[in-house]
Amino acid sequence: MSGWALLLEATIRVVGVFGMLLTATLLVVWFERKIVADMQNRVGPMRAGPYGILQTVADGVKLLFKENIMPRKAEAMLYLAAPIAAAVPAFLIFLVIPIGRPFTLGDRVINLAGTDLNIGLLYVLALSSIAVYAVVLAGWSSGSKYPLLGAVRASAQMISYEAAMGLALVPVILFTGTTSIIGIVDAQAGSVLGFLGVWNVVLIPSFLIFFIAGVAETNRAPFDLVEAESEIIGFHTEYSGFRFALFFLAEYINMFNMSALTVTLFFGGWHGPDFGTPSWISWVFPIFWFLAKTTFFLFVFVWIRASLPRIRYDQLMAFGWKRLIPISLLWLVLATVAVAVRRIGLPWA
Amino acid sequence: MGWFADLLGPMKGFAVTLRQMTKPRVTTSYPHQKKVKPQRFHGRHVLNRYPDGMEKCIGCELCAGVCPARCIYVRGAENPPEAPVSPGERYGYVYEINMLRCIFCGLCVEACPTEAITMTQLFEMSVENRDDAIYTRDELLMSPDGTVPHPEPASNLIDLNELRLADGWMRATSPSGRAAYEGIPGWTPTAGVGLRPPERGQRAEAGPDGGPAE
Repeated sequence: MSGWALLLEATIRVVGVFGMLLTATLLVVWFERKIVADMQNRVGPMRAGPYGILQTVADGVKLLFKENIMPRKAEAMLYLAAPIAAAVPAFLIFLVIPIGRPFTLGDRVINLAGTDLNIGLLYVLALSSIAVYAVVLAGWSSGSKYPLLGAVRASAQMISYEAAMGLALVPVILFTGTTSIIGIVDAQAGSVLGFLGVWNVVLIPSFLIFFIAGVAETNRAPFDLVEAESEIIGFHTEYSGFRFALFFLAEYINMFNMSALTVTLFFGGWHGPDFGTPSWISWVFPIFWFLAKTTFFLFVFVWIRASLPRIRYDQLMAFGWKRLIPISLLWLVLATVAVAVRRIGLPWA
Repeated sequence: MGWFADLLGPMKGFAVTLRQMTKPRVTTSYPHQKKVKPQRFHGRHVLNRYPDGMEKCIGCELCAGVCPARCIYVRGAENPPEAPVSPGERYGYVYEINMLRCIFCGLCVEACPTEAITMTQLFEMSVENRDDAIYTRDELLMSPDGTVPHPEPASNLIDLNELRLADGWMRATSPSGRAAYEGIPGWTPTAGVGLRPPERGQRAEAGPDGGPAE
């Protein structure tokens, strides 16, 4: 293929991912507000558009036109860079997640993902670490002590839970034998009884650890003491207007990413029954299954937020270091033994 | 198995939130739906008139004196003999209430000897500048047909029935505050609204002197 065609293809992929994430964010914020309202016997946003579906658009436009305030003591460059450092990794993570079955165009196989990185999983972990920098820089450069304390708290939390998250992903790599996310999805093909996906269901402990760590990593309730908009003061206290909107955007994209990753790594990604439909329609089903599963985990995120109170900082740290990391280490050992037994058989056999 | 119960304890919360999703919503879609307010609702004030159109206010300034928020300003003046405004000697020729200060306690209503000032069920009083929050005599005095003056009577926030419920406080209490007269139609019905019909368990007829029948 010529260079121009490659450039065009890359552009389509990047713009597609970008547009999809922005649309998803608009819907996820609305979805969360509606579900939380339902769980509290309220009706939620009802004014902007049918059932308030355009509420996020209205909020976004409002934030866009609000004044950007910078404290006099702020470090200007870092203060301006921090929201971008929060938003960019959030967008980039989704690039490696396939949303549907690959199709062939001519002699090329085209994946429905931004790109097929052979180090996809490491790439995801690396980018989620960069989000910590955004938090630290935002808190420190604000030149105010409350954001600074919030940033210290947030970075400690994110680093602690990242350890558990990384450990939880090792069994996935061991089982599937690849770090490419597309490879991991391919390894989850096949079904029992013709329709029940096999997926990576044997990795349930990994899933639980990953999901809990993911909730902490995205700073969602009950681990949302990073922001705690109602009581504690968080790292983005001094931000306003569109810069605050970028943090907000990053949070919801990360929530979407985390749901999509959970689906991709443990629940078969886009795999699902297509009911033997002809090929001109069957390409819809993988995308549908991917979005349906992702929506389910988004619902779980919101459900957790509506149900659980925020935990205390020492509880957060104790849970991360004294429970989650030992459990994930233990599970890693068990998984290693299981993989070894599957490969080379029992030592006495 | 204590630890297992401890582990399941927080999970009960998830069942609660899921169950709540099926329960009916409690939201009232204000302003499309409005709740029926209690009869003694402490809304904005109104200055009443007698059925013949005379103003009830005699400019005694008792309301201003009793007001804990000091939001009422009254100045009385002698009635012009050829065209009296009120039945007595004096009338209130300046009557202003600062609604930003008012705490809607209703002490002015209780203090008023002629029931000139009562409270309505109107509460939507947002203004665009602070001067508009001071209600003057023109805005407080009910029109001769018995409705409460309102800057935007056509607004969908305004219920026309509420505009006519000017003397809700008075009809819910006894005239002159005497317990024996509770529920008996008073001698000063609001113009345009007429006598309040007796409610359940109340006698329709008053005694020979206008008081209770027995």
